[in-house]
Amino acid sequence: MTPIIEWLRPWEPSAPVFIACVLAIGLYASGLMRGARPGFWPALSYLLGVGLIYAVTQTHYDYFSQYLFAAHRLQHLALHHLGPFLIALSMPAAVLAAGLPQSVRHWPQQPALAPLFTALRVGYRIIQQPFIAGFLFVGLIYFWLTPAIHFDAMLSIDLYWFMNWTMALDGLLFWWLIFERGDRGITPRLTPGQRILMLALIMPPQIALGAYITLSKQNLFEIYDVCGRAFPIAPLLDQQIGGLITWIPASMMSVVAAVIILAFRLEQSNDKR
Amino acid sequence: MTSVKHTAVKIALVSALIVLLSGCGGRGYETKGVEGLLPALEFSLTSDTGQPITEADLRGAPTVVFFGFTHCPDVCPTAMARIAAAVDAANADDLNVLFVSVDPGRDNPERLRRYTDFFSDRVTGATASVETLRAMTKRYRATFGYDEPNEFGDYNVSHSSAMYVFDAEGEARALFRPSDSVTAMANDLRRINRS
Repeated sequence: MTPIIEWLRPWEPSAPVFIACVLAIGLYASGLMRGARPGFWPALSYLLGVGLIYAVTQTHYDYFSQYLFAAHRLQHLALHHLGPFLIALSMPAAVLAAGLPQSVRHWPQQPALAPLFTALRVGYRIIQQPFIAGFLFVGLIYFWLTPAIHFDAMLSIDLYWFMNWTMALDGLLFWWLIFERGDRGITPRLTPGQRILMLALIMPPQIALGAYITLSKQNLFEIYDVCGRAFPIAPLLDQQIGGLITWIPASMMSVVAAVIILAFRLEQSNDKR
Repeated sequence: MTSVKHTAVKIALVSALIVLLSGCGGRGYETKGVEGLLPALEFSLTSDTGQPITEADLRGAPTVVFFGFTHCPDVCPTAMARIAAAVDAANADDLNVLFVSVDPGRDNPERLRRYTDFFSDRVTGATASVETLRAMTKRYRATFGYDEPNEFGDYNVSHSSAMYVFDAEGEARALFRPSDSVTAMANDLRRINRS
């Protein structure tokens, strides 16, 4: 088998992840074919975001994520930050809605399903309250990096997928709230100042956690010794690289997002003139 | 006020999740309980006598599985000495220890037999092709990897440092980590042997 095919083969195939990614691309493509015109850059951003989530979970990269702390942190950077960031930045709701079959689009109005959709809408609006969304975003990183919980999550394949799903879904919720724009939907619309404040507030806890892991002289995540590492590497070096990934690129995403929000704001002002 | 309520709900949910996860693996173990976290014992290897060996050959008594290699300078000899001491301390009549070599290129059955005999007559050595070993370690969420050989052909092997403990029916019960004491290991072996 050629190395490329070997790399493309998922280490741990997951039908739900595969179906979710295929649906995400399929619906978007269907929306484009039905006349939705998001533009080149939003379409590229969306495809890159979905592709990134797929690449870190359904290729051989996942093997390294399971057996190297640094690779695991990079996987979560893609699942929680970069992938959802790119998807939300493209604001794909209109294209995805256009891609839905006509009958599915009317589900929320159907009497039998209306109460379910109302409950979902209420639940969505609650978890998209800025304080809760920010708390969840940072809290999940801390939660899954609690050494005892991290141990179980990496040991049990079911918990491993549960962890990855929570990270990806929470990332989507958070960045959707940050980049929400255009026609009003059910997502609470925040002012640019509120968005930048949220982005600023989630930085210090991530920096503190990343710095703590990087500078720790203790091997915090025993699971990688217990299960073995993908290749011989000093445990502390692996931990330090993982800590740096949690510390710097993860926090930098807030700065990049704040710059984008300011750019949107400037664009709006220019349009008004 | 609403936001305080929402925060309280969120904290309650997170706390519930922590409590739920802290119950994972079973309670009352002095080492790491792994009930429900790992699958049952299943393998097909070549033993240190050169004969095929499967989980059926070890059924009826608890089994401790360790993945290592005989050229290992530190982790494997320490682990073998610790499990031999724990088995003695547990005073269990029936108990198997399976040393699975993940270095089939250097560990033939004869070498494995000499190695395992040194630690205890309860230890059985076994190995297989790299592909078979890869499937077995993957089943238990473990892995191994090889370093580049030096000028003498010697190379290092990264491998799991845990010992996987299965009960007489082959169900995964506990994981012995390098940080677990021999006393804790012996107590859990006694408990698993009794149940």
